Order: sequence, then structure tokens, then C-alpha cells
Amino acid sequence: MLTATNLTKEYQSGNGRLAVLKQVSFSVPQGAFVAIVGPSGSGKTTLLGLLAGLDTPSAGAVSLDGVDITRMTEDQRALLRGQKVGFIFQSFQLIPTLTALENVQVPLELRGEDGAGDRARELLRRVGLGDRTGHFPAQLSGGEQQRVAIARAFSNQPRILFADEPTGNLDGATGERIVALLQELNRESGSTVVIVTHDIALAERTGRVIRLRDGEVVEDRPTAAANGDAG
Amino acid sequence: MAMRWSAIPRLAWRESRTARRRLLLYMSSISLGVAALVAIDSFAANVQSSLKEQSRSLLGGDVSFTYNAQFPEDAQRALDTIAAHGTPVARVVSFGSMVLAPRSGGTRLAQVKAVGDGYPYYGAVETRPLGRWHDIQTGPRAVVDPALLIALDAKVGDSLRIGLGRFEIIGAVEAMPGDPGFAAAIGPRVYIAERYAAETQLLGFGSRASYEALVKLPSSVASDDWVKAYRARFQKQNVRVVTVTQRESNLTESIGQLADFLGIVGLIALLLGGIGVASGVNAFVSRKIETVAVLRCLGATSGQVLAIYVLQASVMGFLGAALGAALGIAIQFGLPLVLKDFLPVDVRVALDVKALLTGLGIGVWVALVFALRPLLGVRRVSPLQALRRDADALDRARARDLPTQLVNVALIGSVLALAFERAGSVRRGAGFAAGIAGSVLVLYLSAAALSWLARRIGTARWPYVVRQGLANLYRPGNQTRTVVLALGFGAFLVSTLFLVQANLLNQFNVTAAQSKANMILFDIQEDQRAGLDSIFSAEGQHVMGYSPIVTMKIAEINGVSGVRWAAAHAMPANHWTLRREYRSTYRDTVVSTERIVSGRWFGAATLPDSVTELSLDQDVAAQLKVTIGDRIAWDVQGVRVLSQLTSLRAVTWGRFEPNFFAVFATKGLVTAPKQFVTMAAVSADTTIARLQRQTVSRYPNVSSIDLSLVRRTVTEIIEKVSLAVRFLALFSLAMGVPVLFSAVAATRRDRLRESVLLKTLGATQSQIMRILLVEYALLGALGALAGMVLSFGGAWGLIHFVFKGSFSPAVGAAAAIAMLMMGLAVTIGLATSRDVFRETPMAALREN
Repeated sequence: MLTATNLTKEYQSGNGRLAVLKQVSFSVPQGAFVAIVGPSGSGKTTLLGLLAGLDTPSAGAVSLDGVDITRMTEDQRALLRGQKVGFIFQSFQLIPTLTALENVQVPLELRGEDGAGDRARELLRRVGLGDRTGHFPAQLSGGEQQRVAIARAFSNQPRILFADEPTGNLDGATGERIVALLQELNRESGSTVVIVTHDIALAERTGRVIRLRDGEVVEDRPTAAANGDAG
Repeated sequence: MAMRWSAIPRLAWRESRTARRRLLLYMSSISLGVAALVAIDSFAANVQSSLKEQSRSLLGGDVSFTYNAQFPEDAQRALDTIAAHGTPVARVVSFGSMVLAPRSGGTRLAQVKAVGDGYPYYGAVETRPLGRWHDIQTGPRAVVDPALLIALDAKVGDSLRIGLGRFEIIGAVEAMPGDPGFAAAIGPRVYIAERYAAETQLLGFGSRASYEALVKLPSSVASDDWVKAYRARFQKQNVRVVTVTQRESNLTESIGQLADFLGIVGLIALLLGGIGVASGVNAFVSRKIETVAVLRCLGATSGQVLAIYVLQASVMGFLGAALGAALGIAIQFGLPLVLKDFLPVDVRVALDVKALLTGLGIGVWVALVFALRPLLGVRRVSPLQALRRDADALDRARARDLPTQLVNVALIGSVLALAFERAGSVRRGAGFAAGIAGSVLVLYLSAAALSWLARRIGTARWPYVVRQGLANLYRPGNQTRTVVLALGFGAFLVSTLFLVQANLLNQFNVTAAQSKANMILFDIQEDQRAGLDSIFSAEGQHVMGYSPIVTMKIAEINGVSGVRWAAAHAMPANHWTLRREYRSTYRDTVVSTERIVSGRWFGAATLPDSVTELSLDQDVAAQLKVTIGDRIAWDVQGVRVLSQLTSLRAVTWGRFEPNFFAVFATKGLVTAPKQFVTMAAVSADTTIARLQRQTVSRYPNVSSIDLSLVRRTVTEIIEKVSLAVRFLALFSLAMGVPVLFSAVAATRRDRLRESVLLKTLGATQSQIMRILLVEYALLGALGALAGMVLSFGGAWGLIHFVFKGSFSPAVGAAAAIAMLMMGLAVTIGLATSRDVFRETPMAALREN
């Protein structure tokens, strides 16, 4: 269960303060598939950063499985991320010096798990890259890189997965396949998935849409797909 | 669940994959510094161990007694007693004399050494033809330095006239233990047997010969213990006593000083390398921000991320230091070849493990301390960076946290500790550290001023490429400070070395040029002056007047003996100023090579007839602890002369004119036994040779020196020194290159991105090239200029305080070096940016 309570984020701007997020509150039950949408500058990415514990709010709280992560130190949050959180980025963010397999292994190795290699290979096979384990990011196409990123995100069996514009850098057909893959993994693993996107079609394929404008929630509704999918 | 630290090394290894070469390049900034330290330290250790091994042959025996005249009677008796007890004692009499080869007519002032049987007791003399050394004991025979054979145009088998004696040259000396080849260039040696020395008839009254007695002890007897029984007795008579261990420690000390000086150059190289490491690692870290952010998103703690990069830096730092150590070993093997003429021993080159490990250790430490400062930045990378590039990259609040402060303290502490360790003394170390801090400050302020100026002077009327190049000097994350620092420091070092060298050479040229005289004659007896004048006038030449020389010793100062004076003034009882035989003169005028700095010249004071006026060289007076008005009683060959110090002089010693520590008013010394010295300006070299020949034929006791020959010899020596200086300068220049590369690399990525963007917007290759050219030319000019100005200060300090000379800025040479450094900056800048020209905009944009 992910809960945001009165989340506010302000930045110092000139001689005044600029509020990027204003009193945002909602909660996401375990296993849900949620999209956060809104135009550029509406505060989507800022919200994602706060939910994932990458940044701290000016006011308000975020709790994950009943634990308030906003009161943790940065290193405590790092530990939490390693155990419970997965990430997918718009620009993939694979580590360029590591192979596909090694990229997937990183969270497992940081957690000190045995058999990291086997599990990573299995995940890569699962996303259709079983034959490209030794390739470096630069040797993979954009869609392949994002699939490696998804394999990496699921490698530590996260309770919750955050995806920032996961299809933003991909062509339509490739984007389709990535969304399908996310849906499948969401169903199979029971992980909560939170996507930030401004692609409405993609958002409609999740179970719930939270719409932001000027830092405020202006809409929060289940989608048509929610009837058929987990929600 | 606890994070697994054991995963860190593997991750560090994998993550370094594409960056290894680059990181190694940054870390190699310290290689040359380590190379210098290893080479210098192990060479010094080699020299010292060789000295230890060869110290007996350096001295020729176990204990040496020397006196600058015939041994006093009591010393003579003591030596006889030692010999009578069965301890071998060999005598050596050394004196300067003109030698003449009758067959060729060549003459030359030589250092004659008349040696007793058995000399030297240790070490072997090599002659050509082989095995002639001992034959000089069997008749009037001589072996000579090969240089003398060349100078005299003589060969083995010729006869050689020394004074009134004739000797057969039976061989040339190839190697003489304890005599560096360098000494032979100044006074070539002639070895004859002591028992035939009398045949020269040069050792009579007034001759300047030094006498040595060498003692050989059984190997079971320690020379320092043995000499205890005799030391006081000999020293009471001013006989110098030196044992093998003393000789060794004196030489060790001088070698140590040389090593200290070179060590400081090495240390500067290392610190400059440290700056290179810091700016290189800074560049490295800025490239790694995204990777770090992702690792943080994936759950790595800031400590773990730091550990990954510290590990990478350590391994590369070790490799950089190891590379330097290997280079240092190679240099070490080359050094004896370059320096062999200056060293008194054959240096046996061996790997010195201590020097190697010290150099390696210091190198890794400096690399790490300097790398740690920028590496700490990875802790401040926010995981948010993975989401958006423009997120505040480094958490400012942590820029001044405890670990950063600790690293700052470690950095400053390391520089200070190294300065103290290298400089040998706390005072010099503090001065050295202050010098470095001052230079860094000056360079930093210059760079800041350049940024400030660049922001203000650019106007819209200037061409776009110039404005853009200028703007690069002050835009956020500019490289102005690092490049100016690296370049300025390099220019500072190189230029200082050259300025010192140019000034030393210049000083010699000036003093040599000021004396027109090219021939000097000395040991002239009073009744030989008229004859000498006629020899010169027959050739259409003349001498420049005769300066009398009276030899004397200090008997009392202000009524007390030298020993009591010394005790009362905290001087060693055998201080050279109290012990030496003064060769003084008398005259009533001040000469051009001296000026009065205190008191008044002769004639101003009213003194009783029994007291004569005295003028002393200011340095000798200071060492003697005497001031104007003090009375010194002199022992002038048995006659007591009382003087009162009425003036102090500053004397220019570098010139060839005869100069004197003590000058007396004429009336006080005119009746004393004396010899004369004179100079002549002779119009042709061939005439000098003829005059020398005629003088030595008629007056064998008179020595003459062809000064043009001396000038040539000194120039040769200076050239050898210059070669060493140039090597050092080249070395300094070489070490600037990786540092500059690192400094420039720090902003390479921003530059690349920006240039690609400009290309996308329609900039041509040539426009981008010109923008970079403007930027690097300005950076280069400022760095080189600041370094040049600093070097004037540095060189002035060295010339003024160390070499005690007057400094004249060699602007031409310094400007040439500055131009060279500027060229270097532009070349490295453009070379580092070559990707900008090579890559298409698309390829580079994709990289983002």
C-alpha cells in the first residue's frame, strides 16, 4: 500500500517560493496499475520522485507499506529502494559500462543474493533478450534497452515499480510491446506499478488515472480497462 | 537486509570497463613525480653506499694529517713516532707549478703531487700503459693526467720540466681513487715520487705546498678510536686530522644536500601531478553522475557508491605510481652516466627497495588524497538525477560536511608533511610550503581576474567566435582556474630553472668580460719583477702592476688568543677564519672589485705608530665576529704586526683580479717578506704561450695561468651543469602535459555537447575551431604569463639567497618559454576536443 498525504513541494524562486505540488493526497492499494498524467510542468515527475523516495517533500508524507519514508535518512531510503522499489526511466538509464546481464544483476548483488546470474538470465529471457545477455547498452536498440531496464526493475521482486515515461523514447509499436510486458509482469508478480506519462492511450490501458494540473490533482478515476485488469 | 559490501569490488571492476584508460591517464599525472622521487632517492642511496664501500680509497688511507706547509716540529716528531711503531705512514706533498714539455714547448700550470711509497694504501691506480704507477718510485719519473698530455702536446716518453727538475713521463693516469675527473680539468695532476720532489727546488721558503701524511691501520683498528690519542696534539698545531668515517660523512652530507634540492623538484612534480589527478577525477566524476544516480535508485548507499569509485581510483593510482616507479628506476640507471664527472666514487647502481617503496607509497597517497576531494562529490549525487538531468546535481548542504573537511585537512597536512620531509629542515620546509601556497594563490587570483575581465570586456561589436571563446572563460563550470593553475605552475618551474641558469652563466660572463686581463702570474719574488718586465716588453706587452702578497696568521684578537676568542664568541676553536694562513696585501687605494661598506678607508684614523690600519672583507669579519675598532695582532712569518680594523669591504670574488680578505695600509707591511702577483692583457693567444714558456724557463718558481683557457674550462663545466638543468626543465615540461590533459578533460564533455549543439545550429568546423582557439590561447597566455612573473620572483630568490648573486631578468628566454607553454595549451586543448570535429552532431546527441 502506497499513501501520499498532503504532499507539497516548493522551490525557492527569485524572492518568492514556487509550489510545484500542492497538498496532493491519494493512496494506491498493493498490486494496482496506476498512471499519473498531465501536461508538461504539471508536477508529474516531481510527484514520482517523492513517491519513490528520491527526494523529500516540503510538507506532507509518503508511506509505503505503513512506513513513513519521508522521515528516513537518504541511506535508509536507499536500503528501502534496494528491497522494495523498482525503477524504469524514459532514457532507460542502463549503466553504459555494464553488459545487459550485469545491469540486471546490480540490484541483486547489492542485496547480496545468491544465484544473481541465473535469476538475471531468467528475467532477460522473460523479456525476450535471452540471446543478448553479453551485449552492452550501446549495442542494443532503444526497445531492447528498455526491456533490459524492465528486467532490472523486476529483478529484486519489488513491492512497487515506478516508471517515468517508459515509452517516451520509443516508437509506437515498440511502446506497445513494452506496455504489454509491464501489464504481464504486474499481473504475474503482484507488484504495484505507477507510471508517469502524457500518453493518454497508454494511461487508459492501466487501471486508474490520476491527472495533475499546476501541481494539484484534478482527476482520479478508474479506467475502462480496470474492469478487465487488476485495479 | 544488509547490503553486501563484498559485491563492491566486482561492481567496481565491471563499472570501470570503459573508463580504465582515461582514469589511468589522469592518475599518470603523478607518475613523473614518483619517477623523480624514486630516481633521486635510490640514486642518493646508491651514492651513499658506494661512498661507504670506497671511503678508504677516497682518502687513500685510514687517517690523514694535512698542513699547508711543512709539518710543525712537534707534529713531525709525532708522525715519526707513529712510523717507528710500525704503522705505515705515506707522505704526499702537493704544490702548484708550471710544467714545461721541452720537446713541444708546451707549458701549463699543473698540480704536482709528490707521493711516498705505498700511496695510496687503498684503491688501485690505473695507468696507461698498464702498471706504471709504482715505477715513479724508482727514478725521476712522472705519471700525468691524460688532459695534461693533450695540453702540452706531449706523449709518454717525453721529458717534463717541473721547476728545475726533469722527469720522464712514463704513463697517463686513467683512474685515481678519490679524484673525480672534474678536478683534473681545473688543475691537471702530475704524480712524482716524494723522494724526487727536492729536484724541482720549488719547496723552499715561501713556496705554497701542502703536506699530507697518510696512515694505514690494521683492519681490526677503528680509525676514530686510534686517532683519539693524537687528535689534540695535532690540532693544537693546526694540523688537520681527517679519518675515513669523517670523510665519508662529509661527502654523504653534500650528496644529501644535492638530493634534497632535487627531491624538492620531485615533490613539486608530485604536487603538480596531484592537481592533475584532482581535475581529472573531477571530470571523471561529472561523467559518472548518471550512473551514480541509477545505482542510488537501485538501492546502493552513498558509502557503497563512494567505495566503488575510491576502489577504482586506488587501483589506478597504484598503477600510475608503479608506472612512475618503473620510469624512476630507468632514470636511476642513467644518472651515473650523466653525473660521473662530478662524483668522487664509482657509483654501483642497485635497486634500492626502500626508495622504491617510499616513492610508490607517497605516490599512491598523493593520488588518493587529491582524488578523494572530487570523489566525495559522488556521495552528493541525488538519485533524482536519474529522472531528470537538470535536478540539483550536488546537494550543496553536504559540500562542507565532516568527511570533506577531513579530506581538506588530510590534503593540507600531506603537503606540509611532504614539504618538511623533503626539505630536510622545518624552516626550509615551511618556506617551501609557503612558496607553494603563495604561487597557488597568485595563480588562482590571476585566473579569477581573467574570468572577471572576460565577463566585462566582451562587446557586441566583437566577432561571434571571439565573444563565445571569451564567454567560455567565465561560464558555469569553466576550466579557467584549473588550466591556469596547471599551466602556470609548469611555466613557473621551467622558467625559474632557465632564469637561474641564464643568470649564473651571465654572471660569469659579466665578471669575465670586465677583466681585460687574460694572463695572471703569481709567486713572483721581489727581485724577479724587473726581469719579468723585460720578458714582457720584448714581446711588446706589459703587466698591470704588482700586488704584494704577505702570508700571515692571526695571533690575537683584542689581546686574547684565537682559542679564547673563539670560546668567548661561541665559535669552534679551529674555525677556518682563525686557523687559515691569510694571503694579505697592502695598498693605499680601493680597487674596482671592492667597495667600502662600513668604517673609513686608510688615512682617516689617527693611530699610534705601532698600530697599522686594516680593512677586512665583510663576510670574513662577520665570521670572525670582529667589528670596526677591534685590534688584531698578526703573526707575519715570525714578526708580530698589530692592526686596528678601520673599514669593511664588499668584495666581488667572481672576478680574476687578485682580491684579498685582509688589506693593510702600506706603511704597516712594506718591510714584510712578500711575493707578488700580476696580470697582463696580452693581445694574442700564441703570445701568451710564448710568454709562459719564457717565464717558466727563466723563473721556474713563477706560475702563470692563461685565463682564456680557464674561461674555456669553466664554460665547459657550466655547459655540463646547463645540460643537467635543461634535463630538469624538460622533465618539468613533460610532467605538465598529463596535468594539462587532465585539467582540460575536466570540461571536455560540456564542451563537446555545446560544440555539437552549435554544429546543429549551423556552426562550421572552422568557427568551432576558432572559438576553442580563442579560449585556449587566452588560458595559455594567462597561465604562461602568471608563471613567468612568478618565476622572476622564484629565480630572484634563488639567485639572491642561495647563489648570493645579483639577479637580472632574462625576459627574452622567459618570454620564449611562455610562448612554448601557450602553444602547448592550445595544442592540448584542440587535441582533447578532436571528437568535436570528428563526430557528427547526431552521434553525439545520441550519446545523451
